[in-house]
Amino acid sequence: MAVDIRLPRKRKRGELTSEPRGLVSPGDVITSDTGFMRGHGTYMEDDKLHASVAGVVERVNKLICVQPLKTRYNGEVGDVVVGRITEVGQKRWRVDTNSRLNSILMLSSVNLPGGELRRRSAEDELMMRQYLSEGDLISAEVQSVFSDGALSLHTRSLKYGKLGQGILLKVSPSLVKRRKTHFHNLPCGASVILGNNGYIWISPTVENESSDTAGGFIQNLEPVSEDERGVIARLRNCILGLAEHRLMLYDTSVLYTYETSTKYEIHELLKPDVMEEVIHLARLKLEQEGT
Amino acid sequence: MAGIELLSDQGFRADGRRPHELRKIRCRMGVFRQADGSAYIEQGNTKVLATVYGPHEITGGRSKALHDKVLLNCQYSMATFSTGERKTRPKGDRRSQEMSMNLRRTFQAAILTHLYPRSQIDIYVQVLQSDGGNYCACVNAATLAVIDAGIPMRDYVCACTSSLLEDTPVVDISYLEESVGSPEMVVALLPKSEQIVLFQQNSRLHVDNLEKVLDMGIKGCTDVYGILDQSVREHVTEVSNLMMST
Repeated sequence: MAVDIRLPRKRKRGELTSEPRGLVSPGDVITSDTGFMRGHGTYMEDDKLHASVAGVVERVNKLICVQPLKTRYNGEVGDVVVGRITEVGQKRWRVDTNSRLNSILMLSSVNLPGGELRRRSAEDELMMRQYLSEGDLISAEVQSVFSDGALSLHTRSLKYGKLGQGILLKVSPSLVKRRKTHFHNLPCGASVILGNNGYIWISPTVENESSDTAGGFIQNLEPVSEDERGVIARLRNCILGLAEHRLMLYDTSVLYTYETSTKYEIHELLKPDVMEEVIHLARLKLEQEGT
Repeated sequence: MAGIELLSDQGFRADGRRPHELRKIRCRMGVFRQADGSAYIEQGNTKVLATVYGPHEITGGRSKALHDKVLLNCQYSMATFSTGERKTRPKGDRRSQEMSMNLRRTFQAAILTHLYPRSQIDIYVQVLQSDGGNYCACVNAATLAVIDAGIPMRDYVCACTSSLLEDTPVVDISYLEESVGSPEMVVALLPKSEQIVLFQQNSRLHVDNLEKVLDMGIKGCTDVYGILDQSVREHVTEVSNLMMST
């Protein structure tokens, strides 16, 4: 077996450019003008508005907020999330979604097998563990936010539901770009769900999903071909590379990175210097497109 | 202690510093990928690693949850190899328990705890090499880690030791100066409002000297703040430039 050993790499320092305008750190006074509204990442003391996190000040009309570079996921209604069931309770599942409190998936906000719409009976409550048990992964949408900040999810659409075979990646939620759609069937032969909460699901593309009447609770456990697994593994390496180099994640950036990475073997992408080159090329390509 | 001159006639200390000078501080934020926030700090030869997880769901029983503020869980530990003699240190010994409690109180004053009811924040600090001022290095490292995790704080918390050597107040004392039995004073400060969040004193100090030693400690804290603030700004600039370009 060939083993590849490298010396520790020197940490690269980005060239020191000037500070962006409006950079604040905790405790800094943003303004002493009282005509502004206090947003996230700020607090009021002695009639002055202070920052409470390190980041760049954003201003929308009279609202001032500071967005930190890295946080736990703060849910908003309508977000697509990927989560893991942690607990089965009475009429509800608790789901880990990388937010500060576990999210809740009510029995009444899932599509039951059979697709019929009816009142949830006591039998349904007893069957809950058959539908989703601890450790299962789901994709869902945020339905509402409770007063204490916990999220209520729903899977009332055929595109949401239990996830079958694939790879889960965890990245920082701030790296996932908000788009119209977060479900992508990439042309390279795999599907990606870019959850707003920083959980990313890569799975082989399924062709006929229209015949699905089980409400998404039946998992397809057929073996995945080696080609498809190769594609998935390459996508995984690309997405982790993008996250490492702090590029925003969306369909185009993932696809471009995938395309530029094809000249390397999948396992070569794990080497930091190779990944850096791939990301650099992808970044150039994105910048060309952008202008 | 014959032979060791802690403060020379020319006004230099044993390691060549002047009384008001800090040791060299080097720090880095975001050293771990899987933690929500992490930081590493070196103050002279004292090296500390801090990691922050959270805010997340309460671990180990929901009954511990506080309905109006976040539960802060701090853990202080020292590596086996951190001191001159190698020694396995059990997790819950008296000294580290006390340190953990002090850390928790310090950060409870600085973190905006009311924003995250029924959640938990974990702060883990580990001393990798100990050369005096462990607690101060831990507080400074934990501050950086909390900022890295994006947890809202009222202000930075900066901590610094000070002491009195031959009637001269000195700042940021090393292990050598600590071990001769000079009165060690630990101050943790919110530098912008100059509020003291922790004040600790080991061994006796005459009350006449209290004020000047305290002033020295506060000055040390504000100096530490300048260094931490600069490194936070550099870190934020670097990362936000990367994210901005796409």
